[in-house]
Amino acid sequence: MNAAVIVFPGSNCDRDVEVALAAAMGKPPLAVFHKETEIPKVDLIVLPGGFSFGDYLRCGAMAAHSPVMREVVARASSGVPVLGICNGFQIMIEAGLLPGALLRNAQLHFVCKDVHLRVETAQSLFTTGYAAGQVVRFPVAHGEGNYFADEATLNELEQNGQIAFRYVQPDGSVSAEANPNGSARNIAGIFNRGKTVLGMMPHPERLSDPALGGTDGKAMFKGLVEALS
Amino acid sequence: MTSIAPEIVAEHGLTPEEYERCKRIMGREPNLTELGIFSVMWSEHCSYKSSRKWLRELPTKAPWVICGPGENAGVIDIGDGDACIFKMESHNHPSFIEPYQGAATGVGGILRDVFTMGARPIANLNALRFGSPEDPKTRHLVAGVVAGIGGYGNCVGVPTVGGECNFHRAYNGNILVNAMTVGLARTDRIFYSAAAGIGNPVIYVGSKTGRDGIHGATMASAEFSADAEEKRPTVQVGDPFTEKLLIEACLELMATDAIVAIQDMGAAGLTSSSVEMSSKGGLGIELELDKVPVRETGMTPYEIMLSESQERMLMILKPEREALAREIFEKWDLDFAVIGRITDTKRLVLKMNGATVADIPVAPLVEESPLYDRPHRAPPAPPPLPADAASRVKLSPTEALKQLMSSPDLASRRWIWEQYDHMVMGDTVQRPGGDAAVVRVHDKAKGLAITTDVTPRYCAADPVEGGKQAVAEAWRNLTAVGARPLAITDNMNFGNPEKPDIMGQFVGCIRGMAEACRALDFPVVSGNVSLYNETNGTAILPTPAIGGVGVVDDVAKTMTAGFKAADETIFLIGETRGHLGQSLYLRELAGLEAGPPPPVDLAAERRAGDLVRALITRGLVTAVHDISDGGLLVAVAEMALAGNIGATIEGSESPGWLFGEDQGRYVVAARDPKPILAAAKAAAVSCAAIGRTGGAALKPPGGKPISIAELRAAHEGWLPAYMAAP
Repeated sequence: MNAAVIVFPGSNCDRDVEVALAAAMGKPPLAVFHKETEIPKVDLIVLPGGFSFGDYLRCGAMAAHSPVMREVVARASSGVPVLGICNGFQIMIEAGLLPGALLRNAQLHFVCKDVHLRVETAQSLFTTGYAAGQVVRFPVAHGEGNYFADEATLNELEQNGQIAFRYVQPDGSVSAEANPNGSARNIAGIFNRGKTVLGMMPHPERLSDPALGGTDGKAMFKGLVEALS
Repeated sequence: MTSIAPEIVAEHGLTPEEYERCKRIMGREPNLTELGIFSVMWSEHCSYKSSRKWLRELPTKAPWVICGPGENAGVIDIGDGDACIFKMESHNHPSFIEPYQGAATGVGGILRDVFTMGARPIANLNALRFGSPEDPKTRHLVAGVVAGIGGYGNCVGVPTVGGECNFHRAYNGNILVNAMTVGLARTDRIFYSAAAGIGNPVIYVGSKTGRDGIHGATMASAEFSADAEEKRPTVQVGDPFTEKLLIEACLELMATDAIVAIQDMGAAGLTSSSVEMSSKGGLGIELELDKVPVRETGMTPYEIMLSESQERMLMILKPEREALAREIFEKWDLDFAVIGRITDTKRLVLKMNGATVADIPVAPLVEESPLYDRPHRAPPAPPPLPADAASRVKLSPTEALKQLMSSPDLASRRWIWEQYDHMVMGDTVQRPGGDAAVVRVHDKAKGLAITTDVTPRYCAADPVEGGKQAVAEAWRNLTAVGARPLAITDNMNFGNPEKPDIMGQFVGCIRGMAEACRALDFPVVSGNVSLYNETNGTAILPTPAIGGVGVVDDVAKTMTAGFKAADETIFLIGETRGHLGQSLYLRELAGLEAGPPPPVDLAAERRAGDLVRALITRGLVTAVHDISDGGLLVAVAEMALAGNIGATIEGSESPGWLFGEDQGRYVVAARDPKPILAAAKAAAVSCAAIGRTGGAALKPPGGKPISIAELRAAHEGWLPAYMAAP
């Protein structure tokens, strides 16, 4: 299997996700710079976390218009799986790959901490390593991760099983206290209709190594590689 | 040529004597641009004119020191061809005026000091001091500084892994924002700033030059009066995105052989960078200022030379590598301009539109900068504590503990560090909240332990003991995670050095620090001095902040403070005398800031630390925490909270035993008590079993238990509640 990690000038989690992918794939993914207009043939494209173009205005808004994104959108529409983490999720939304918006965190400041997530479905390329309803611990680190969409869109996401992860208590229950940023319905990550595109605010790559305090993220990369190999 | 009026000289912060010296060096009256250059180069901030004499007393050498003070940052050898490059620097004055941008650009500046030497920054830390929580400005300053540090570090993608934060009314008019960066390089790929190669091109890269920050170095070299707010236009604005590009572009270029010398433009911008590079190389430099990329039209030579616009670097390149370098910087969409060349004239020559606008001999500008041996007066020894001091606290040990744990200086800092991305780069092994942060060397088993420490109230009461204690505490915190302490950076924050009492504090702290550095083999490799931290004549507490770095061979074997299991034995290591002078117990619970600080016995410090490190290495202990602010019971409470396991402590019920702040002590937990006692006996370190872990509450001797949940609510509650209050 081959994967490409897109590198925007202000990406800063590109190396982190490359390390996690390399551990799962047994070889490093390709790094593709934002100025490229073509992406080699790959089985997975990853948009990593960071501050793509400084994100002084709307996060991801400029990155969505960078040359490489035209190709990412084209690949996604031809069915190539795309994973966006944190800033990657913000860019996906700005590029129209996923619905809704990511607003400033409800408490109005950046938040970096471990959160608990409930895996809402195991029926996707990205979540085969988990059981539906399983609670995992991933870190978040963002200032604009407050997921918003109108009621109709939210209902549609629920009906189509497009919600990948929700912020929950360690026991799996949904509560306002478990929600680190005010996201609608505690949504932490969503799929596109065909579940080939996943955008999520939490960082699975940050807890994929026992030395860093946990390995709950590892199953995502392992499951992805198994599903795509 | 303009004639310089005495008022103009005074406005530039030069004394009449200094101006005479300037004229002598020039052999004529300087023009305004030249005067500006002299004024910033001779400012306290750039010239260290009050502190240089004393800084020389600090030990700076050890077999593992590659580069000590004098370069952009200090460099130590951490084995396997790896070098650790680090420094701490203040951004106090700007942060008080404009907390977000002041703190943000402080982080940006210290990052540049480290990557300019060839290191990839891998960790940021900070040491913050704010005024009393009751002061009307404090909340706003805390919010702005924390957001600024996070805003910059998070975007650049360097984890902010640790720090410290205190509140005291002495900082009401002068907060302290000290930022530290730690980076990694290869020992054979370290870059220095000495210019070389006559005719070599001088390259400007990074952001464009604007009118921001003109005279920032001069501002940092004077006291504030009530008009501090009017100085807002001299605070620079940070652009962390450009900094990120600059890091990537510089490191990419540093992997080639193109660079002869490189220097960031920090305080005093283009002036100090060009003067330092030519001075260190013993050469001249000629700049064509009309080639400097500018953000605004009509900028004068004076403004271009004194601007402190951020995210800029100056490089000397091999001529044949210019095209390669240009290509790299264009890839990262950064300005790249050849603005001059290295000459053999030993003069700084500035041209604008073909005309010479300044012409200064470099060596005297640097070497003949003023050096003062300011009068200094050691403070009198603090009177002993009143005999009834301890009995003025009318609380049970349990109630005293609860109040201390929720007091401003001991309450959890979670509200602060959760706003910092402390995990990016994927190597943060010990996150904020412990004794020291531990960051792995990427792709290796080893790691660095990093901490920032100082106890200003001790320094105020007795500068020598306080100076010793600051160094010893950094050494102790590194030891507590299992690291071998290697070296420190110091950030000396003091009041007006022209006052003998303040200078006495400075001299005392330096002497105490020097003694501790020697006794602990813990040299100073870099540092920064921030003086004139006074408002309307009131000075801050003397605050020599210490940034300590140590190495661990295997990050999997580092130690943490949290209790790991029930039914383990808790030991107190080190000698307890019950010293309550300058303790938080008396300050917080009896309103008494009095007495001498706890003395530091450096030989005992070393014995206890070496014992604890050996116990960790041998796998004999399961939890380790040093005892500092708040004393023994606070340390045990922190271990209980971190592990979510209670404890029962047996021992004296005296406040001195429970809350005294005697130095050189640790609390450890172990499954098997026997080898701990045997090792302590062999090392001649006092060690006593003082209790057991277990349960959901902490029970002090003779007191009633307090549940972990209640303790946690008290400890975690104060700062968020304070910051949320209107």
